[in-house]
Amino acid sequence: MENNQSNAPADAVSEAVIANEKAIHEPLFHVVKRDAMPWYKSWGIRIAAVVLAMLVVALFGFVLTKNDPIAIYRVMIDGAFGTENRIWSLLLDTALLLGVALAVTPAFKMRFWNIGAEGQVLMGGLICAACMLKLGDKMSTGLLLLVMVVASMLAGAIWGLIPAFFKAYWNANETLFTLMMNYIATSIVSCYCYIWSGGGSGRVGIINRKTKIGWLPNLGSHTQTLNIVIILVLTVILFIYLRYSKHGYEISVVGESENTARYIGINVKKVILRTMLLSGALCGLIGMLLVSGTNHTVATSTAGGRGFTAIMVSWLAKFNPLYMILTSFLIVFLQKGSKEISTIFGLNDAIGDIVSGIVIFFVIGSEFFINYKLMLRTKKSGKEEK
Amino acid sequence: MSAFFLTIFVPFFCRAVVQGVPLLFGATGEILTEKSGHLNLGIPGTMYMGAIGGVIGAFIYEQKVENLNPFLGIMIPLLFSLLFSGLMGLLYCFLTVTLRANQNVTGLALTTFGVGCGNFFGGSLIKITKADVPNVILTRTHNLFCKTLPFASKLGWFGEMVFSYSFLAYLSVIIAVIAAFVLNKTRVGLHLRAVGESPATADAAGINVDRYKYVSTIVGSMIAGLGGLYYIMDYACGVWSNDGFGDRGWLAVALVIFTLWRPALCIFGSFIFGGLYIIHNYLTQALHLSFASQELVQMTPYVVTILVLIAISLRKKRETQPPAHLGQNYFREER
Amino acid sequence: MKEENPVSDPTKVTSNAPAIELRGITKTFGSVVANNNVNLLVNRGEILSILGENGSGKTTLMNMISGIYFPDKGQIFIDGQEVLIRSPKDAFKYRIGMIHQHFKLVDLFTATENIVLGLEDGRKYDLAAYGKEIAAICEQYGFVIDLNKKIYNMSVSEKQTVEIIKVLYRGADILILDEPTAVLTPQETETLFAVLRRMREAGKSIIIITHKLHEVLSISNRVSVLCKGQYIGTVNTAETNESELTEMMVGKKISLNIHRSEPKGVEDRLVVDNLRCVDREGLPVLKGISFTAKSGEILGIAGIAGSGQRELLEAIAGLQPLTEGTITYNNPTSGKAENLRDKTPTQIRELGVRLSFVPEDRLGMGLVGNMDIVDNMMLRSYRKGPLGFLNRKPPATLADTIISDLEVVTPSSKTPVRRLSGGNVQKVLVGREIASAPTVFMAAYPVRGLDINSSFTIYNLLNEQKEKGVAVIFVGEDLDVLLELCDRILVIGSGAVTGVVDARTVTKEQVGLLMTKTAQEGGTEDGE
Repeated sequence: MENNQSNAPADAVSEAVIANEKAIHEPLFHVVKRDAMPWYKSWGIRIAAVVLAMLVVALFGFVLTKNDPIAIYRVMIDGAFGTENRIWSLLLDTALLLGVALAVTPAFKMRFWNIGAEGQVLMGGLICAACMLKLGDKMSTGLLLLVMVVASMLAGAIWGLIPAFFKAYWNANETLFTLMMNYIATSIVSCYCYIWSGGGSGRVGIINRKTKIGWLPNLGSHTQTLNIVIILVLTVILFIYLRYSKHGYEISVVGESENTARYIGINVKKVILRTMLLSGALCGLIGMLLVSGTNHTVATSTAGGRGFTAIMVSWLAKFNPLYMILTSFLIVFLQKGSKEISTIFGLNDAIGDIVSGIVIFFVIGSEFFINYKLMLRTKKSGKEEK
Repeated sequence: MSAFFLTIFVPFFCRAVVQGVPLLFGATGEILTEKSGHLNLGIPGTMYMGAIGGVIGAFIYEQKVENLNPFLGIMIPLLFSLLFSGLMGLLYCFLTVTLRANQNVTGLALTTFGVGCGNFFGGSLIKITKADVPNVILTRTHNLFCKTLPFASKLGWFGEMVFSYSFLAYLSVIIAVIAAFVLNKTRVGLHLRAVGESPATADAAGINVDRYKYVSTIVGSMIAGLGGLYYIMDYACGVWSNDGFGDRGWLAVALVIFTLWRPALCIFGSFIFGGLYIIHNYLTQALHLSFASQELVQMTPYVVTILVLIAISLRKKRETQPPAHLGQNYFREER
Repeated sequence: MKEENPVSDPTKVTSNAPAIELRGITKTFGSVVANNNVNLLVNRGEILSILGENGSGKTTLMNMISGIYFPDKGQIFIDGQEVLIRSPKDAFKYRIGMIHQHFKLVDLFTATENIVLGLEDGRKYDLAAYGKEIAAICEQYGFVIDLNKKIYNMSVSEKQTVEIIKVLYRGADILILDEPTAVLTPQETETLFAVLRRMREAGKSIIIITHKLHEVLSISNRVSVLCKGQYIGTVNTAETNESELTEMMVGKKISLNIHRSEPKGVEDRLVVDNLRCVDREGLPVLKGISFTAKSGEILGIAGIAGSGQRELLEAIAGLQPLTEGTITYNNPTSGKAENLRDKTPTQIRELGVRLSFVPEDRLGMGLVGNMDIVDNMMLRSYRKGPLGFLNRKPPATLADTIISDLEVVTPSSKTPVRRLSGGNVQKVLVGREIASAPTVFMAAYPVRGLDINSSFTIYNLLNEQKEKGVAVIFVGEDLDVLLELCDRILVIGSGAVTGVVDARTVTKEQVGLLMTKTAQEGGTEDGE
């Protein structure tokens, strides 16, 4: 090897020598794709990411409040579980977020990037409010509730179907399309808020405050229970739908490979439309739960950003409805806990978004270590000869 | 010159431009990012961070000094703004380019995070000022930022329509023109477009794909951040209020589609969007619109964007499609 | 470094050092060893062929020379100097240029833009000036191409020309061509070889990857053989012959004696008449194809890649819209003749037509890579489940049967098929398609990328189907296989039938001629 390392006549060779001397180091490490990882390892990495993120949150809290991590965590836990009301509120918010996450999941499994859940929820909520306002005195409570459910789901479904139609037939970019649909929905809701507010304040106020017509009935002593039960039932149904039904199987096939789907005779357009119909209808249903079962009013903020947060919930749970219970709980816990921190330490509410942002970044980042591995380079023989 | 032109159209045009400038910054920045194949849905959060960055810089400087030095008074908020939005771009790149995380999820999380940070810092500053209104008021910095060309008023309606804006507005147009030039007429632009169209090809051609993605996304984020700065310092007269930025970030994303990923078209597109954003005020006067109908008119930019989106998917012309690799991460050793 | 390493052997001058040398190169992907301890050497002014079956690691090896992959182990020497090639950029620095099998071109750019892409020569970016220089190179080597044409408007051979010009323009001294002839007509291949010989005379080193023996013998000075990622050896072309190379390539001598029985119970099963269709740009792909597939025989389809084979099979399977023509299926049970044109795959199945189809793109069309074997088995049968639900039991049984009968190497039936090797993936796919007891069985390049044993497994399965009275349609690329396996061969070129021949009597040259003939006609059509 030594003998032909010298006396390089050609230009190319002398260039190469220079380059070689510059290039003393091999890349320190390089990235390779991993084979499957056992589930306990991958979950270990995810949990480690959350723990790491919580340490960063504690550090962040320490800088702001000069309190030690234990105190901060205690405040967070207290904010989430401190009183019975807080626990109910935690459960209800988890359920509602979970509901929207469930709704977007079929579409996402199909690799249809529906970021229009916000608008679909709003449209569902709007129609629900319309029923409560306009049909309240025209029919029995049971019938009214039924009409509300159907109408809300229909509204959400239509809002989901429009982009799906253009995606299925002309491959219009669904991410951007659904995003735009959100703002159209916001405008429409805002418009009706003005109409229904009468005086032009733009606030609808509590609908049927006295009569409670069209309000979701209480199950037991708490207003939240029925919402939570409905969404839990929905979780199980959706899990079964995705895992064990023909539709669910078709969704997976279309998501993995449209060509394969065509090959075995799945009507891809039909599946896209059907799945977005389902996704939109479920969003509409959550809109109805928000208006009829929770807020008893409608506003542009009814969806409250859940349409976007739900995407993260669904994605973090790998589109598995059962895992989504955990991920939505995690996000809501962080928001509630952070809110308590801001109240106790006199900070402002926005801290919740920052904390959940940090945790999500860590978990998103941790996926890299599940899918790839870093290979460190070992010293090579060439160098030892020097 | 008709009265309509002078009393209605000229002020309308000027206001449309002022509304359009933040969108132009945001869309130019987003185009650069998307040309590298990354759909950055964190742009609204990034613009928000650019805004609060400027506010923090200006706040610190106003607190420290009685009489603002005009140069520092502009440079400090500007650099703070660039730093904040640049960091957002860096975070997005680290997650999506280096760690290859899902772009949609990362982008949405970044927007949540950016808006959260903005409101947090904004809220904290409001608390420090102990003001009665929930605002941070930076009139002195605003006065520096909104300086217009001295001869504008002497040129009548033409001066008003063309020369009556602050320097950031002209900067937005200049940046868009430069971006268009770089993309279409330079080697760097050729390489960047190749990265977004086919990263494997660019890689094989010896282009450092990751570096192009990083640089274009961070520079794009900084440009977008200037949109936030302009909004606060010029449009909002130096008054920060939480959540005041509205949906302008998403409108900038829409503008990218509306102008078919072309920064030069973006200049006109931004004015059109700016006009659509405020046209309801004029229609109210002209047509006696109710509040409710005004709200409906506000959806026009989004409807128009959807129509454009539908039109380009129907036509399927190769040159008007989004960058072919938009939204997909690149891993060289994919097998 | 020069001072530290004095010349210890003065007789060895560096100019004689090989242009490029690889020592002990190893590369793994996950658990797959793509290259194991490979050595390779190319001198200045010579053409080295790298021979090996699909999947023998040729492309991976070349990707390491061109900086796409980085080796796990081993050393690379250029002109006797050890070098590190960490990126394509490094490869350019050492004047290495690679022409990939899948062209690395940006569709939206013009030829010129693609040629200067990645160039950092410190000059002003002036496309017109670059265009002139490129035109000069075209003139020198006799390439005819419109440099301002966008890639998406180009034919395959035009794209390849752009790739070669690109490498030449960079002044590459070491050229690597990855299966350059796979997509070319014989004429185009000859033109390419003439260019390569001219480059060799100019002192360039050329590495050409191929698995076509006659090309190896006609173009190269020396041949290096790889088999399953292992380096087997290097021989001088002048001192070798086809059978020696084959032996090196497959490891042991395997005669290509494919069993062929006489067709029995021959009936017209599928009558295809005057099929026409167009591609996305509206250009004709199928230009009036007619033929009959008979039960109890294997009909081979020969032709240069991309002559319309894929569209033809997809049209029959109900996946390709037609502008003209009929597809008639004679149902053996009911005796009825059904027209399959404009029917979806589901409608075809509902007519009682038992049509099986092994598409060319196994993981992209025939199977779902991320699903396990059981769920892939279910692709054909999932509709049989009760009500709206799936029944995973029958597919699970089928998966186990196929794994044991066809000797599929897999940890379990719950393994995603993406993790299986090419041959095992194909066994899973063919096994599933056969399980539905078809009357028409279509397979596109079913042995592509398979080792010799897996290939024979597939041939036997096809023969079994034939003996069961199935009408088998086999699209192949290896003429030797087509001649030994099929009963009749349909030759198509540029989307039209150029001949139907008896596989028992026809010669390879005759088939080759038919393939060429159409290519010429296609050429004149394009020229209009």
